Amino acid sequence: MSDSYAFITIVGLTVITVVTRAFFLVSEQEMVLPDWVKRGLRYAPLAALTAVVVPEVVMTQGQLISTWQDARLYAVAVSTAYFFWRGGILGTIVSGMVVLIPLKLVMGW
Amino acid sequence: MSTVSLGIAAWGLVTGVAMVKSGLSIPLALLMNFTVFAGSVQLAVIPLMMVAAPIWVIWATAVCINLRFVIFSAQWRPYFMRYPLRQRLLFGYVSGDLTYVLFMKRFPEPRDDDGQVEYFMGASTTNWLAWQLPSVAGILLADVIPTHWGLGFAGVLALLGLTYSLLSDRATALAAVIAGAAAVAAFALPFRLHIVVAIAAAICVGLMIDGGGDAGRRVLTALGRRKLQPAVGQANERATA
Repeated sequence: MSDSYAFITIVGLTVITVVTRAFFLVSEQEMVLPDWVKRGLRYAPLAALTAVVVPEVVMTQGQLISTWQDARLYAVAVSTAYFFWRGGILGTIVSGMVVLIPLKLVMGW
Repeated sequence: MSTVSLGIAAWGLVTGVAMVKSGLSIPLALLMNFTVFAGSVQLAVIPLMMVAAPIWVIWATAVCINLRFVIFSAQWRPYFMRYPLRQRLLFGYVSGDLTYVLFMKRFPEPRDDDGQVEYFMGASTTNWLAWQLPSVAGILLADVIPTHWGLGFAGVLALLGLTYSLLSDRATALAAVIAGAAAVAAFALPFRLHIVVAIAAAICVGLMIDGGGDAGRRVLTALGRRKLQPAVGQANERATA
């Protein structure tokens, strides 16, 4: 890729970051959201995170995986068990990685 | 915050490596890192840039991935509108997923007095450093950092833990299951629109259950009639209990 192509793309991406993250913070106008919109929006962060995480775990190259020999499944199972047993994000990450890395390096999953 | 940062750091490192391995020069990779500041966007557009996809396609992809921040920004309003425009833009720019989730769990209601903005700036700074320092390391050390260990998965696990901490009852759990299934089913859509589909599906299910209509009541019966509380509020109660 050429440097000018990459540069223009990056500048545009920066503008997009600012505009999307500050979208409803720009206007001074009072903004009254209907009650049902407010209730609905409470589910948005949970849904967005789930939509990012689930495909990262059960899909490869845009296809649902069809094998049990995938290190990610076992890492997520252990992380999940840890979270609901002890709670805490750090333990959730570490317990999953402790399972994932040996499975990847030794078993080649 | 500091514990979640570990996952962010591993994710940042891998993103830094990925940018350089895709053929971006080191100065451009550093520029992208310091200006774009959106991990999921960076990872998604790198493969597109590698094949020299049309710029508008790349930008459209980024907008779709960032649509969730548009939704989040509506919820930041009551907290930030008393600040001047330039500061609001800065607040928006630095607010990532992590800052949003941690902040809203801690401060479910906007109040004037108790250091909310200080907490926000502290969390954002930690998040910024936890992302930028490992990313720069990844960019500079791209050739010596092994990627086949699957270190990037630590970022997914960090997001997984955050997701679990947002589950407060069977209604939110059902909404999450629906969102996950919708995301996989709609994954083939261009520009990562599956994330938007998943959000829409989960909101519909959530509203149906909350609304107390006929269908919602039947779902509640099936779920065992658990009392429903606002998702964020109850998560907060549990965290402080």
